[in-house]
Amino acid sequence: MKVAVIVFPGSNCDRDMYHVLTDVFKLESQLVWHTDELPKGMDAIVLPGGFSYGDRLRAGVIAAHSPVIKDVKKMAEKGMPVLGVCNGFQILVESGLLPGALLKNTSLNFMCKWTEIIVKNNKTPFTNKLQLDQRIPIAIANGEGRYYADEETLSSLKKNNQIVFTYAEQVNGASLDIAGICNKEGNVVGMMPHPERSAEQIINPGNAKPASLIFESLLSTLGVTA
Amino acid sequence: MSLTPNESEYLENKIGRKPNLLELQIVAAEWSEHCSYKSSKKHLKILPKNGERVISGPGYDSGVLDVGDGYVVTVHIESHNHPSAVEPYGGAATGVGGVIRDILSAGTRPIAILDGLRFGNIETDSHARWLFKNAVRGIADYGNCLGIPTIGGEIEFDDCFTNYALVDVASVGFGKKEKLIRNRAEKGDYVVLIGGSTGRDGIGGSQFASDKLEAENRSAVQIPDPFIEKLVIEVILEARNQQCIKAMKDLGGGGLSCAISETADALGVGIELDLSLVHKREQNMSPSELMVSESQERMLVITDEKKLETLKKICEKFRVPYSVIGRITDDSMMSVVSGKNILATLPSQIVANAPLLDRPSSKPKYLDTIEKIVKPETPKDLSVTLLKMLSNPNIASKQWVYTQYDHEVGIRTVVKPGNDASVLRLDNGKFLAAKIDGNSKHCYINPRDGVMGCFDEACRNVICTGAKPIGMVDHLQFGNPEDQEIFWTFKESVQSITDYAKYFEIPCVGGKVSLYNETDNGPIKPTPLIGVLGLIDGKPLIPKKIENNDILIIVGTTKDELGGSEYYEYVHNLVGGKCPVVDMKYSKEIQSTILALVKNDVVKVVHDCSKGGLAVAMSKLCILNEIGCSITLDKVPSEKLRPDELLFSESHSRFLLVINPEKENEVMSFLKQKNVPCAMIGKFTDKNIIFTNQTHSIMDVRVDIAQEKWLNSLGAFVTHG
Repeated sequence: MKVAVIVFPGSNCDRDMYHVLTDVFKLESQLVWHTDELPKGMDAIVLPGGFSYGDRLRAGVIAAHSPVIKDVKKMAEKGMPVLGVCNGFQILVESGLLPGALLKNTSLNFMCKWTEIIVKNNKTPFTNKLQLDQRIPIAIANGEGRYYADEETLSSLKKNNQIVFTYAEQVNGASLDIAGICNKEGNVVGMMPHPERSAEQIINPGNAKPASLIFESLLSTLGVTA
Repeated sequence: MSLTPNESEYLENKIGRKPNLLELQIVAAEWSEHCSYKSSKKHLKILPKNGERVISGPGYDSGVLDVGDGYVVTVHIESHNHPSAVEPYGGAATGVGGVIRDILSAGTRPIAILDGLRFGNIETDSHARWLFKNAVRGIADYGNCLGIPTIGGEIEFDDCFTNYALVDVASVGFGKKEKLIRNRAEKGDYVVLIGGSTGRDGIGGSQFASDKLEAENRSAVQIPDPFIEKLVIEVILEARNQQCIKAMKDLGGGGLSCAISETADALGVGIELDLSLVHKREQNMSPSELMVSESQERMLVITDEKKLETLKKICEKFRVPYSVIGRITDDSMMSVVSGKNILATLPSQIVANAPLLDRPSSKPKYLDTIEKIVKPETPKDLSVTLLKMLSNPNIASKQWVYTQYDHEVGIRTVVKPGNDASVLRLDNGKFLAAKIDGNSKHCYINPRDGVMGCFDEACRNVICTGAKPIGMVDHLQFGNPEDQEIFWTFKESVQSITDYAKYFEIPCVGGKVSLYNETDNGPIKPTPLIGVLGLIDGKPLIPKKIENNDILIIVGTTKDELGGSEYYEYVHNLVGGKCPVVDMKYSKEIQSTILALVKNDVVKVVHDCSKGGLAVAMSKLCILNEIGCSITLDKVPSEKLRPDELLFSESHSRFLLVINPEKENEVMSFLKQKNVPCAMIGKFTDKNIIFTNQTHSIMDVRVDIAQEKWLNSLGAFVTHG
């Protein structure tokens, strides 16, 4: 079982994600440069956080046109689990794999803090080990993290069970307090908070177990027994 | 941009002719105070630079410390004061960029940033607010984009910084010892300039920084581009992994002039540089503009014929611009050509080593009287005073600042900003604690005692996490060194740092001197900054949640040392009195006792007692844990003091220990056996911060009200003025 971690120019959580996948959860993974083709034999894809292209024009918009995104789209259509975290979420939205947009936080500031999110869909490849309404202590760090969609999109998100995580407190003015969503099929998940910063107890000031279940869900989806 | 008559004469004697204009400009950049340390160098020699963990090599831009198991930590500190005072966003951002490249130069990956910021009074001065807000944003936008966590720092506001800003940035790097750049070069090797293109920004920046801030010289301020810097970091580290780098230097103050002359001098070689090959941002740049431009995000790399193609491929992979601008020669000269035209030929050893000065100094007159004061009256209601102290921008929580910094990226941050020191986990299972401390108010009243206090405080802060100090960096910031009284305060500070470093056996592994920090309003107060790194070979002390009935022990004696305290200055508007003094022998005993206690794992929280004194330190513990406390002041080991003095004195060498009541006997008997002054002074309970003495209540403040003041004041001052 192998996970591709896509690296764009300016990605900066790629090595963190790689560490958590390989060293903590013993999932074989590979860093894939954005101009390369997606290697054969991948079972899941992660788009890590960072500042691809320095957030120029708009967060994620340039990376969404990277060569590797074509392969990501193909694999996503085939049902492969795809997770976008923070800038990775922004890239998924900009590439059209997920609906909506990510705007500047209402504070107009970058915001790095610990908060809690609530599980609203536990059927995705990244949440199937979590309970509905379970709280996850998790790190957030972004400047453009406010999820926004029009009323129509929001009601279709609700109808199709596409809201995966919401914030337990109001942090950035997101529509419906959305912290993460998935596509209709549920295999593509994007979230602003950082599970890779939250799954190890030594760096999580709260309880790291719920965040680690995000990765254990993927292990279970891929049929790996921990 | 010129040399003094003495320097011109010295130069002509050394090279045996009159220099041409370009040569003069190259030398003037390198011989500026900023680049040459000509006023300070003689005095810095006394600092102890060796220690069991120190690895030194030619031309390192950062200090290197061995942390065992084949790993090293690197550290450096810089400031960007003049640029930040003119253009705070770009000045602060490029300050981060510059120190990061110093860490990179050693061949290590930058893993943390700490910043020390100083401005005028943000409560009353909207310009100070503007500087503060934009400097913070500059640091955030730059550091966040690089993916290097800003893990800590300190902030001070004082009228002496009106219309000015001190922006100090320290960075820590980490890597494998075997991958350190060894800095060597042979004849025929290539000189490659990698990174951002050279433009007309930062022209003469080092000279601009070597003079009093009079005109707002905007063209001397550099333009930040963190995206390029991030790519440069990845290019350099990949080139390091593929052994493409024989020697390396970052381009900072003085641009190509300094990088070329210093590299050639450090490696004992010559360099021929062809300006026509430099990749440029603008057309028709003159040779002197190219030589002194301080355009950012540039690295100078020496590679050989065999590795040049690999290096080019790495740059191309990341689409980072580069140009092969010269070759190594064996004549020890720095030669600047443009195509076939020879523009400058100078011995690099002469360029890189300005004639040093021996400036006169004399003790400032104000120091004769500053300690003599009439003590202010005790305020009627000390509860009101405490709330005022907690909303003082110098004391209030800095969360408005550090929540704008990504302090988690890299997933190493074990103890987060807002604690005494921050702690990072290292790949060898050890932990690194880091802290910077400065205090211009204490240093003004007594430069010697003041800076030693900063050093002691930084050590105490890392000790709170269970770390043993292994190295320090200093950043010495003063006004015009040509003023004898200012120069005296500089010399006193260096001597004091030296005494402490030697006594505690903490080597000085790097530092920076920044002089001419003054505006039309006058010079800044002496503001040396001390950064200390500590190593934890075991578990760090991550502050634990304080619970009902946990008890509080204070270690150390509280003395009549309120000069320069926040209480005198902020509450009574009084500058003067006797500032806290470090007794080195006594402080060392207390520090080793606390370290032993932390190792035994019997303490829930260790908190340093410093700015704002006992009352503020206690309040912070209560606020962070949302619990009250009941403290008996009579029990506090002290000289004979009034209650307000006991509460707000900033005496050094004091720690607060929070322990489970079951551990009281164990901890107290250990402390008594070590013969350090200590007392159990109260416990945590209920919802109020209460101080009493035998007869009556001294102070009683609700924790939620204190919390509101402490947490939100700084943000409120900035956003609402």
